[in-house]
Amino acid sequence: MVTEFIDPGLYETLFPNGVSRYAVGGLLVGLGAVVIYVGTGIAAGASTFLESTLSYVSEQSRFQRYVSSRDWRIVFTLGIVAGAAVYALTFQSGVLTSGLYQSGSTGSTYDIGGLTLWLTDVQPWRLFLGGILVGIGTRIGKGCTSGHGVCGVGSASKTSIVGVITFLAVAIGTAQIVMALEVSP
Amino acid sequence: MMEHRHPLFMPLIFVGGLIFGFGLGFSHMARPEVVLNFLQFEDFGLLFVMGGAAVVTGLAFGLIPRLLDDAPLTGDAYGRRLKSFDRNVLIGGAIFGVGWGLSGICPGAAYASLGVGNVTILWALAGMFVGAYIQGVWRSQQDASETMPAGAD
Repeated sequence: MVTEFIDPGLYETLFPNGVSRYAVGGLLVGLGAVVIYVGTGIAAGASTFLESTLSYVSEQSRFQRYVSSRDWRIVFTLGIVAGAAVYALTFQSGVLTSGLYQSGSTGSTYDIGGLTLWLTDVQPWRLFLGGILVGIGTRIGKGCTSGHGVCGVGSASKTSIVGVITFLAVAIGTAQIVMALEVSP
Repeated sequence: MMEHRHPLFMPLIFVGGLIFGFGLGFSHMARPEVVLNFLQFEDFGLLFVMGGAAVVTGLAFGLIPRLLDDAPLTGDAYGRRLKSFDRNVLIGGAIFGVGWGLSGICPGAAYASLGVGNVTILWALAGMFVGAYIQGVWRSQQDASETMPAGAD
């Protein structure tokens, strides 16, 4: 096991929630992208959905380039929502348990008919303002954590690797400033 | 294009999204707090999510084109996801980074967050559409003026 190779105290500091839930989840995220790639040849990203869906309601020329892909991008997004709901129905609700899955104590949970749902404590203004910047930035920057981070890095694309380093470094800097300003949650 | 589509095209996209979203839920990436904990150096688990996902796609993107001629549901040749590099990658990446660091939310994880019951995430989703619209209007105008004599850049 990984834990035997490094000092347990250091491991506990770096990975207070273990690594298995992260690694297994990551492998599944990759697998989802691969399933689509094998069948269709498409290396999908999640942020194009934002622009392609706007083509239904806006005549702006920028959005028209996504008309041919907008229907499957909606299906992809609905799949993501449904997949997360299946997780909520199983592991999050405690119906299924596994040694590889460690639940967390962030946010708050609430129950609806035996289904355990989860709610963030992060303030709405942070989500909304952050969301606007994410919407602008991912579209100008040609991808997000899935397009650049998963499919792009998996393609060994130099553009994507530079993109990931850029947004990761800036995000770390931003989060550190937010933490220093004692904005919480 | 639509009428030539294989009947399994949409079901396969949905199943791919299903696995993708389940993985985002399982890895807790649908929780902005967990992402913020990573960015604040309190839990480095996110490295295993991105790393694990990129290893799987890396192997598949390398192997599948050698095993199959073209994709069965579209007839398209397998390519890598290569985007041209220009300064937009840096500018957009930096703007995205500020938003990600402020909110702990990225597009795929936000959709998944809705699926785990997080209705508060609708603020982030609304913000993302507003942001995507703002850049769309701006770039549509930019495209339209491209045929005009170049002004100050």
